Amino acid sequence: MSTPILTVKDLSMRFGGLLAVDGIAFDVAPQEVFAIIGPNGAGKTTVFNCISGFYRPTTGAIALAGKDIAGHSSHHVANEGVVRTFQNVRLFKTMTVLENLLVAQHRHHRPPPLSGLFNTRGYRESERLKIVNALKWLDIMGLREYANREAGNLAYGHQRRLEIARCMITEPRLLMLDEPAAGLNPQEKNDLQQLINQLRKDYGVTVLLIEHDMGLVMGVSERILVMEYGRPIALGTPEAVRNDERVIKAYLGEA
Amino acid sequence: MAHTTTSSTDIRGALRGAITATVLAAIVLLPSFTLHLERAGARTTIAPHWSTLAWGCLAVFVVQLLRPLLLPRFPTVKLPSLPCFEPGRHRALMLAVLVAAVVWPFFGGRNSIDIATLTLIYVMLGLGLNIVVGFAGLLDLGFVGFYATGAYTFALLYHWAGWSFWEALPFTGAMSALFGFVLGFPVLRLRGDYLAIVTLGFGEIIRLLLVNLVGLTGGPDGIAGLPKPTVFGLPMTRNPAVEGGTTFHQFFGLEFNTIHVVIFLYLMALTLACITLYVSNRLIRMPIGRSWEALREDEIACRSLGLNPMKIKLSAFTLGAMFAGFGGAFFAARQGIVNPESFTFIESALILAIVVLGGMGSQLGVIVAAIVLTVLPELAREFSQYRMLIFGLVMIVMMVWRPQGLLPMKRHQVEVPR
Amino acid sequence: MSNFLPELLQQLFNGLSLGAIYALIAIGYTMVYGIIGMINFAHGEIYMIGAYVGLVTLSAVGVQGGLPVWLVITLMILIAVLVTAVYGYAVEQLAYRPLRDSPRLVPLISAIGMSIFLQNWMALGQGARDMAVPALIPGAMRFGGEGGGFEIFIPYARVLVIAVTVVLMVLLTLYIRNSRMGRASRACSQDMHMANLLGIDTNRVISFTFVLGAMLAAVGGVLIALAVGKLNPFIGFIAGIKAFTAAVLGGIGSIPGAMLGGVILGIAETLAAAYISSEYKDIVAFLLLVLILMFRPTGLLGKPEVEKV
Repeated sequence: MSTPILTVKDLSMRFGGLLAVDGIAFDVAPQEVFAIIGPNGAGKTTVFNCISGFYRPTTGAIALAGKDIAGHSSHHVANEGVVRTFQNVRLFKTMTVLENLLVAQHRHHRPPPLSGLFNTRGYRESERLKIVNALKWLDIMGLREYANREAGNLAYGHQRRLEIARCMITEPRLLMLDEPAAGLNPQEKNDLQQLINQLRKDYGVTVLLIEHDMGLVMGVSERILVMEYGRPIALGTPEAVRNDERVIKAYLGEA
Repeated sequence: MAHTTTSSTDIRGALRGAITATVLAAIVLLPSFTLHLERAGARTTIAPHWSTLAWGCLAVFVVQLLRPLLLPRFPTVKLPSLPCFEPGRHRALMLAVLVAAVVWPFFGGRNSIDIATLTLIYVMLGLGLNIVVGFAGLLDLGFVGFYATGAYTFALLYHWAGWSFWEALPFTGAMSALFGFVLGFPVLRLRGDYLAIVTLGFGEIIRLLLVNLVGLTGGPDGIAGLPKPTVFGLPMTRNPAVEGGTTFHQFFGLEFNTIHVVIFLYLMALTLACITLYVSNRLIRMPIGRSWEALREDEIACRSLGLNPMKIKLSAFTLGAMFAGFGGAFFAARQGIVNPESFTFIESALILAIVVLGGMGSQLGVIVAAIVLTVLPELAREFSQYRMLIFGLVMIVMMVWRPQGLLPMKRHQVEVPR
Repeated sequence: MSNFLPELLQQLFNGLSLGAIYALIAIGYTMVYGIIGMINFAHGEIYMIGAYVGLVTLSAVGVQGGLPVWLVITLMILIAVLVTAVYGYAVEQLAYRPLRDSPRLVPLISAIGMSIFLQNWMALGQGARDMAVPALIPGAMRFGGEGGGFEIFIPYARVLVIAVTVVLMVLLTLYIRNSRMGRASRACSQDMHMANLLGIDTNRVISFTFVLGAMLAAVGGVLIALAVGKLNPFIGFIAGIKAFTAAVLGGIGSIPGAMLGGVILGIAETLAAAYISSEYKDIVAFLLLVLILMFRPTGLLGKPEVEKV
């Protein structure tokens, strides 16, 4: 593997008396689709939170393309190119779909300082570019017709797509999706799978995802990490993981 | 389906409720209004005012008896919902209002113009706090501290260095902004309620410092003799301040009249208020305003997109403080004197009430609320001893009846050009 | 140098009696915040009302004369407790219950409004100026002072403050631990929704919380009126803020925390007033508040929380 885009070594997270995550280690290659699966309570979202800077890990090293990011604050990590979605969709619900995408472009097309106060040409141009960019992503996601609608009024599946669009518009290196298929019907799950592949191919983004839907996981991932009770129990290709005894035992009874 | 007949159980229930409420009302009234403490020499005695008890209990009894019996019978009287006003759509109206505002004082009485000037100061303060509370969603109960900082900065700059109002104005804003930044830094990471109490504490601390640092601030007496703003260097006074100088009236060959000063102050206040309105209007449409809104909506989502919550909160807090500083400087210039008495917690509560009662985030609502809350007490002069009581009551009633405010904000939305 | 220790002991005693008052008021804040997550801004005013009721009772009874002091004080406390229980209940019903599900700022504004209303209610009813409270328990114990040294002055009234507070704290702790309402109260503060599903009448528990807090504050009001000798309608404001600080210091939601916080704040403030400056003693409370919120926001006896993302 060329320089992995994400390296996690010996990651552990302790909350008071509870060791939620222990001894997690994996690499993610650039433009790879890597999945983390496991029964509920396995600590998957905790791992996400550690990587994305929402938790400070108790021990361990996390490196983004060689640069250490463990324990850095969440906005700092995001500005390094790591963005994520959430289990419960976190859109800016009273803002419009378009505005959600404008907020996400805060780092791009920066207008000259104070120019907004006087509505100068430079300012208007920067706003225009941001809108054009937002519309481009709405087209990719098929949400163009909802541009002026309040984000909270979208159908659930569309909200999820918007959340992903909002992530992508920041031009990330690593896209982390937390249970993106939850609550989607089979058609939408299919679309999601295609979307992930398209994003990876057209925009060179690496995808890290947590998912319970095995069909999606097996269909889209190149490698999978299986967790149980905070510890890793298997790491490998979908084939290898599917046939791993420990994994089967952990999932006894699950589809 | 409303009851059309009143059964005896209904009456009994209502009666029971009314009696309970009356007993409670009696207990509440006794130590406050009925058994009146009076000084009799060195001792304190009780002078019972039984009439208050009688009337109070009667009122409560009647209301509580009739309420459950009558309410189901009448269709709910829906108060006309106040219109959601979109300023953008009514350009011509806004212009007409502005022209009227400029022309009016030349025909008004001195007292009304004075009140109008005070109202405009509160409009400025309300718009400033609106940025903090309405746009960014930060509970600031110590806004008066920045107001005081602006006022005292001007007072001190004049006192020590002879600076005029216009010279000092940028510095008052800068000083208040600096205070806002320094105070904001440690506290803006706190959760809503805690932020409220801590900012309240800071407001009180500033007042305490003003009272006690007598050498610096003049203590409880404050600093007096502050000059009014000039018109491009020409003072608006009867006689020139310096030997051989020219006053505004001398320059234009006009007869001096104190009413001119009053009108001038009003126009200055109007200018400052309009600038505040324009700036805050622009800010909410700029990326910075969007980030305030986003932060208010969902801080975690903001962080995940690379937005720094501290920076966003600090920007709102500092800008709000700056406007308070400008307001304070103008207030000082108008009064001619500053002392700590003008900067108590009640001021913070009043400005907060203006923002919340007007409709958080709604600039028009803030303006209307500032007018209502400043003008009404003046109109009802006879009730001045009930002013604060009514103020507290209004706050409670508004929150229970119409928490979104008088003129709730209709968000300006960035629209896709079709 | 030889004066240092007696003077320190004096200040510690003063601080303890002040802290006892803060503790009594702080419990009301911490219980309400623990159960419905709001700062009852008007709580300080309940304390003030308790003081006034005590004075009214004293003045009414004093007309008769001839009653033993301990009986008068007991009457004052009992009636103050009864009246403020009603006030606490009414405040909750009128200003907070209708706003139970509103966003944070709304009940806070309502609470501020109620606080302003109650201050002026009492000011209109009984006058805004200071009222004198007759010294029912004059006299003090005195220690030391031989040879011109520092004499420790322990007024009986202040001893009463500490004694009553300690007794109440013990009773309260036993009650919360062993009674049905106490258990229900603890359940509600941990998980309101669940308690509701389990059949606990949460509205009743919330009302009880307000009433109990009010009663304790009332005792504090009566005691401080006797100890200090005067009152006015605005004593609740600053006492309330400090008591809230004490509650946060000890760990909001924790009753032992409120007690501990009260004592710490009382002693800190008194020592600061004695050894640093008396004009700025109010700043001590605010500084402590900022520091504790910055470095240990869950308070001394609270459990560190991690934000769930």
